[in-house]
Amino acid sequence: MKFLATLYRSPQTRGGLIILTLVLAIALCAPLLSPEDPYQVNPNARLLPPLATSQLSAASGATSQGATSQGATAQRATSERHLLGTDSVGRDTLSRLIYGSRLSLTVGFLAVVLSALFGTLVGAVSGYFGGWLESASGWLIDVQLSFPFLLLAIFLLGALGGGTLAVVLVLALGTWVNYARIVRAQVLSIRNQGYVEAARATGAGAARVLFLHVLPNTLAPICVVASFSMAQAILTEAALSFLGVGLDPSTPSWGTMLNDGRDYLVSAWWIATMPGIAIGVTVLGVTLFGDGLRELLDPRGLR
Amino acid sequence: MLRFTLAKLARTLSVLLGVSFLTFMVGHASGDPVLLMVRGDATAQQKADLRHVLGLDKPVLEQYVSYLAHAVQGDLGNSYRQRVSVSSLIALRLPNSLELAGTAFAVAISLGFALGVVAALNRGRLADHAIAGVAVIGQVVPGFWLGLMLVLLFAVHWPLLPVSGYGDLAHLVLPAITLALPPLGRMARLVRAGMLEVLSSDFIRTARAKGLPERQVLLGHAMKNGLLPLLTQAGLELGDMVGSAFIIESVFAWPGIGRLTVNAVQQRDFLVVQGCVLVTAIGFVLINLLVDLLYAAIDPRVRARA
Repeated sequence: MKFLATLYRSPQTRGGLIILTLVLAIALCAPLLSPEDPYQVNPNARLLPPLATSQLSAASGATSQGATSQGATAQRATSERHLLGTDSVGRDTLSRLIYGSRLSLTVGFLAVVLSALFGTLVGAVSGYFGGWLESASGWLIDVQLSFPFLLLAIFLLGALGGGTLAVVLVLALGTWVNYARIVRAQVLSIRNQGYVEAARATGAGAARVLFLHVLPNTLAPICVVASFSMAQAILTEAALSFLGVGLDPSTPSWGTMLNDGRDYLVSAWWIATMPGIAIGVTVLGVTLFGDGLRELLDPRGLR
Repeated sequence: MLRFTLAKLARTLSVLLGVSFLTFMVGHASGDPVLLMVRGDATAQQKADLRHVLGLDKPVLEQYVSYLAHAVQGDLGNSYRQRVSVSSLIALRLPNSLELAGTAFAVAISLGFALGVVAALNRGRLADHAIAGVAVIGQVVPGFWLGLMLVLLFAVHWPLLPVSGYGDLAHLVLPAITLALPPLGRMARLVRAGMLEVLSSDFIRTARAKGLPERQVLLGHAMKNGLLPLLTQAGLELGDMVGSAFIIESVFAWPGIGRLTVNAVQQRDFLVVQGCVLVTAIGFVLINLLVDLLYAAIDPRVRARA
């Protein structure tokens, strides 16, 4: 709690926290907030500009999920206002935007957790034990860093197929190196300190020393790297889905919306514009929060 | 220095070997290319024959060795779709990519440096905040989305520039700016921080105290030292730019290696993708090698550490 209070003091970090909380709340309450079903296609309401109203005919209205007393619904809800317009198949942009926050956050979060676990493990083991483990992991890192990450992601997803799980795995693959490097450096500097020697002298095994004495002291830089990786993951997911090698095109994600909007850029500017703003606001929140975290955890700066 | 260079070269070679193996294996796992090449009514025997001709019936490792042996001689195989050599496809588009990336890189470095200095000299004033704002926007939105917005503004709303394509200088403006904006912001921030640190250091105070004109203090003393962090960042940014160029090229229909790759992925023409990835990675590795060697030449401490 004291930690959060300290974070809250800086105006920038506070801004980041507020943005993040808002986006998180929107993602959690998506079904309550979104005016329409994000999947519902309406051929009569294609490419409607923001603020336009659509005539929901009984025929197309009947395809909606909760078809409760169809006649009455079709009678009453004949017109639907679209605050941010509709896309190329008549889906409500605002609703898709709201549901898109769920995917962006989930994909980003899972990728960060996965890469943090793997990267930390590799970094800790190679830093602590050294020897051939270290040179092998160092070589592996060099090989991976020989590819621009986006290119590697396009290549892997294109060759092996996309989908949500594949995107998470590829994003994790792209960022684990950051953790491995920083944890390895930390472990190298910690491993010969007095208290670690003492633990070893009292007969603690390697695993105990590593997990109980060394790793907890690398948590701060890991958190900082994680917050920046989250921003990178959200941006990369959008890029991959935009290129059509990421998430399934029907899923309401900000990246797939951008992909859809690109073809209608001239006739329907709102489809591509809105998800970009949503991404910008979310990443801004993550970045501000990450900056604050870095300043708090390491006043001299990490770089 | 010689020992350092040789060690680096050996390391680079071993890394390139790993890169080629990984690229080949992923391409291999992408599926059976024969199905792309034959008509729907081909018999199993015809498919098997084609597989034999292409050498696809041999063990994977043998295929890799033969791919590598040909690749070293500049032969990356033939496209499954277009029946032309992958090397010729790449050779045709690589100059375009270099043109775009080179322009964007030059813009990012020069403008980033200039804006960083301006921000540092106007610390806390309007110019500083404006530059910080541009830098933040460049970092939090996807680069390709910025490109789409620039197209909306400067090609659709005000038809000043072409929407996309390759041609005269006007075609280069929007993609180059799009590609340059995110690194430009990071550069400006970095240079600003570096300059502020330098400006408050003792030797600047000494320079001012001994009565040097402000212009000479800034140009001769401060900027020289503000440049150092820029060099480090420039190496990183160049690599980053190669990656984002892949996406920007497809947004602007720029006929470079990035668009070639993305199109080939969509057509599942994986020998082309494989070739593009390999060539890009090699270029990338060579850039990094060059940066490392440059460092070692400048800073003897780096040599000692390796």
